[in-house]
Amino acid sequence: MTSDLIRSTAAELAARIASREVSAVEVAQAHLDRIGEVDGAVNAFLHVDTEGALKAARKVDEDIAAGAHVGPLAGVPVALKDVLTTEGVPTTVGSKILEGWVPPYDATVTRRLKEAGVVILGKTNMDEFAMGSSTENSAYGPTHNPWDLDRIPGGSGGGSAAALAAFEAPLSIGTDTGGSIRQPGAVTGTVGVKPTYGGVSRYGLVAFSSSLDQAGPCARTVLDAALLHEVIAGYDPMDSTSINAPVPPVVAAAREGANGDLTGVRVGVVTQFSGDGYQPGVLRSFEAAVAQLKQLGAEIVEVSCPSFDYALPAYYLIAPSEASSNLARFDAMRYGIRVGDDSTRSAEEVMSLTREAGFGPEVKRRIMIGTYALSSGYYDAYYGSAQKVRTLISRDFEAAFATVDVLVSPTTPTTAFPIGERAGDPMAMYKADLCTIPANLAGNAAMSVPSGLSDEDGLPVGLQIMAPALQDHRMYRVAAAYEVARDAALGAPVIQGVPQLAGAAR
Amino acid sequence: MPSISRDEVAHLARLARLAVTDDELDLFAGQLDVILQSVATVGDIATADIPPTSHAVPLTNVFREDVVRPSLGQQQALAGAPAAEDGRFRVPRILGEEA
Repeated sequence: MTSDLIRSTAAELAARIASREVSAVEVAQAHLDRIGEVDGAVNAFLHVDTEGALKAARKVDEDIAAGAHVGPLAGVPVALKDVLTTEGVPTTVGSKILEGWVPPYDATVTRRLKEAGVVILGKTNMDEFAMGSSTENSAYGPTHNPWDLDRIPGGSGGGSAAALAAFEAPLSIGTDTGGSIRQPGAVTGTVGVKPTYGGVSRYGLVAFSSSLDQAGPCARTVLDAALLHEVIAGYDPMDSTSINAPVPPVVAAAREGANGDLTGVRVGVVTQFSGDGYQPGVLRSFEAAVAQLKQLGAEIVEVSCPSFDYALPAYYLIAPSEASSNLARFDAMRYGIRVGDDSTRSAEEVMSLTREAGFGPEVKRRIMIGTYALSSGYYDAYYGSAQKVRTLISRDFEAAFATVDVLVSPTTPTTAFPIGERAGDPMAMYKADLCTIPANLAGNAAMSVPSGLSDEDGLPVGLQIMAPALQDHRMYRVAAAYEVARDAALGAPVIQGVPQLAGAAR
Repeated sequence: MPSISRDEVAHLARLARLAVTDDELDLFAGQLDVILQSVATVGDIATADIPPTSHAVPLTNVFREDVVRPSLGQQQALAGAPAAEDGRFRVPRILGEEA
């Protein structure tokens, strides 16, 4: 019974809860039990809100019993990345500087989940301030990839992705600044979506790089991601960059795609994303996925986006620059920890000591790079040039989408690497985001859907699908069609290949 | 591009209000040098005729009606403060001896 519940899709769970075949409380309890069983080994959660989850589930059961109309995901559990504020529940952003902080308000994403009756199980582990590609930068220890506990689950949203792959939650929320939803999705065999920038409110999302940050849905199937997308998306007057337009019809697109017909859809293969630095098994998986899209009726063409080669350096100037400014608010005065306040030191000294003690090495590196890139004398060469590259990348996307409906590439150049392998080499770590960054810089929609396992190491590979801004539904249609074809070819969903996790002992 | 010295990194840390240790300076100086040399390649294609993009979506000022609405109360606002006194944030001295 429990195993049946934790392995169900969100869509199935919602239907069974709505028909009172199973209660929301039973579903929440099954997942809480699973977390208790395996999270000692996985470390996907920083905080489990047992009481809050059961209370929310009881409310859904009462509403259904009273005949009230409930939303399409009512009673389904979700794991929330610890970068989104939750009233009365700790929010740390994976950082020591916010250890013990209990926000006095809900993020808009949190509020929308609660209003839809989605049951929040707890807060997931992440690279500190979402800076990283492995979750090793968390101040609270790394998350382990359920496919191989000695390997990284991606980052920064490694906790949200690992929770899905470990069957601790059927849904989770991530945030994607340079690939932090899609790359963890790829290396854990799960689906991760970065909606169009402005599609999901950033109110209550602790800011890393405001012009790039975007929250989005994570799930084990394309339809589940679409259902969650429609719950969290939509205009919000509390976010000045929120787009005041209808949410793209992603659920309808996922259902249409599941019919398995892509006749007339033009798919562009980005030629820049292959070759040196790409694991051969990843490229073989990608080529097989493209062949499957062709079999489904899609027209495949190669598309060159030459400026994409400069996306990585542009990103590692723009994101740290915005971070150096955003993180100035952590000044030890209004929230978070304070260090060295001995009644003789000045506010400035206390601030410097607190930031030294509260931030980890990657956050310090990025703050200093941003400080450098924005300083007079270097501004034009670094930040100014990066902003021009951003223009060129948008132009490349515009030109590509004039001839194709969606673009595809591998999501990340390699499968999950061993924990510790890149920890001492920032540039090697940054390269995990090579293929995902262009969509952040241009603001358009992009997602990762599993494309099976790499034949050389048996680890999951992700297919990235990119669509124009506000055309999120296009990629859902393609992903859903591909998912059906892939499962038919492999004989079972990719996620079923996750090894059994032993009990709590690590 | 110029390589970055240990002294320059120490200066950046001061500007960024990070009381870094000597060991960190040794580590960060090497790493920042590698990163900055790598990202400097943006200059290769950023010619003068290209306009900069600061934001993916064109931004305009967003206004709301000038009406009173609920906000955090004093207790809520102070709940996360590292130190509070008399209903206010308590902060260390803000002026130096020489001031």
